[in-house]
Amino acid sequence: MEVRQISVFLENKIGRLAEITQVLGNKGINIRALAIADTTEFGILRMIVDKPEKAYEALEERGFTVSQTEVIVVEVRDKPGGLAGVMAILGKAGINVEYLYAFVAPKGSNALVVLKIEKLKDAVGLLQAQKVKILSSKDIGRL
Amino acid sequence: MGEGDVSPLNMFSGGTMIWNKEYECMDRDNLKELQLTRLKEVVRRVYERLPFYRKKFTKNHLHPDALKSLEDLRKFPFTRKPELREGYPFGLFTAPLEKIVEFHISSGTTGKPVVNGYTRKDIQVWSEVMARALACAGTTSKDVVHNAYGYGLFTGGLGVHYGAQLIGAKTVPISGGQTRRQIMIMQDFKSTVLTCTPSYALHIAEVAEEIGVNPRELSLRVGILGAEAWSENMRKEVEVQLGIDALDIYGLTEIIGPGVAQECEAKEGMHIFEDHFLPEIIDPKTGKVLEEGEEGELVLTTLTREGTSLVRYRTGDITQINYQLCECGRTIARISKIKGRVDDMLIIRGVNIFPSQIENVLLQIEEAEPHYQLILERKRGLDELTVELEVSPNTFFDEVKRVEKIEAKIEKEIEDALGLRIGVRLVESRTIERSMGKAKRIIDKRKSK
Repeated sequence: MEVRQISVFLENKIGRLAEITQVLGNKGINIRALAIADTTEFGILRMIVDKPEKAYEALEERGFTVSQTEVIVVEVRDKPGGLAGVMAILGKAGINVEYLYAFVAPKGSNALVVLKIEKLKDAVGLLQAQKVKILSSKDIGRL
Repeated sequence: MGEGDVSPLNMFSGGTMIWNKEYECMDRDNLKELQLTRLKEVVRRVYERLPFYRKKFTKNHLHPDALKSLEDLRKFPFTRKPELREGYPFGLFTAPLEKIVEFHISSGTTGKPVVNGYTRKDIQVWSEVMARALACAGTTSKDVVHNAYGYGLFTGGLGVHYGAQLIGAKTVPISGGQTRRQIMIMQDFKSTVLTCTPSYALHIAEVAEEIGVNPRELSLRVGILGAEAWSENMRKEVEVQLGIDALDIYGLTEIIGPGVAQECEAKEGMHIFEDHFLPEIIDPKTGKVLEEGEEGELVLTTLTREGTSLVRYRTGDITQINYQLCECGRTIARISKIKGRVDDMLIIRGVNIFPSQIENVLLQIEEAEPHYQLILERKRGLDELTVELEVSPNTFFDEVKRVEKIEAKIEKEIEDALGLRIGVRLVESRTIERSMGKAKRIIDKRKSK
């Protein structure tokens, strides 16, 4: 149920994001979701793409420092309180969320939330028991 | 006189190779006598041939006759780089122009270039000391010397070339650049001795890995690396990456080029060829001559050069001298690895540091890449130093706090070693310029604003 997230180290310089998206575009890789965590000196670009393996190789080849991380993508209903239910389940179990970012599925009205959490396996079991839909890599590819 | 003569390679019982045992293992009293004889000639030659020396000596009430012992040299004034610039292009030769057969000219990035003119005999001396240097690293006629020092006005390329030719080694005069091609040639010609700057040696290893060649599987056995100050940990890094022994060589264009001093396989300092170059270590502030083992600026007097003779030339290089007998059997003195240049010394919040000290710390941190640069800026009237270090899979994570933790760890290691807190900033990989020659380690942004 885990999905592979691609992270790229970025200095805060003009044009770097354009270069990354171009590299991926040229390789026919589709970015499903993306978020940037930034500090005053550097940023970390995190992405969910349809072909993570290919994206990793393409970026590394171009000299970017890239890492891969296991995350989960859950579906929440796109209405007030949708995310709260998921957070409550994790909170109750004492599972910490390192970071998250959300995007809206192209089809349907549900929001998709990318979660980096500690104790990933426990979290997956817990959420599934509570009927939270977790997307697989295949699901991401089909979006 | 042995210089210039082709000596048979002398082997000591331990297998140490010594090119010219007569001079490199000379009894020290005899050596001093030889040095004094030669020194008297040099002092007389510069006095007679160069008005600028004559003026300097006269101003200090000195005449060549005042030199009766090696210690008397201390009375004589120093020669500094700006004085050499004044002589550009032909003004500083101590031999008639028609006897000069080769020029080497410094890059002149900080002013008018410095010229060194060589007579035929000077080229022989250069070949001799470079043959000794190569032999210090065990080079014989069986070796293939991959010479990646730049050929041309820079002394590195031709200096190694002359020495390798005298030994009869097979020389690949590849010069710098085109690194992929260099690796291909090293593979095909089974090069055993690599001569280049230490930073270029690392770059070769990096490019080899990139094109799927294991640099440790090349035939290379030893590297003779110089033209920049490098730390003991940089040595370890090069040795691991290339699977070789990395030995330090010292020289400078003003004196002759490479071949002033060379490390032997004991790796405990560079043997200075004292029958050709007379070393002194001085306090760079007071000019006072320091004792054996004290750290200071290296001052050199050429003893056998004809074209460009210099008396008490201030090299600007910081080192110390050791007169103890080396395990290799050489009796000539050793200078320690160059710690830095007098003008490279940074004073940050009252602490004196050299870039090589920071390099030494960085390279013992497992996660740190050997690609770094020091940014010097002036903030609120104070000099501030920042280390820029290339990020690598070892230092990069998807979480900001983990990346910041790594930066903090490196900052702490530097603080523990140097007693100074210096900011560390990770930068994208491959953004720090790779050098084909001397690596540029300090970016001084103080003057541009």
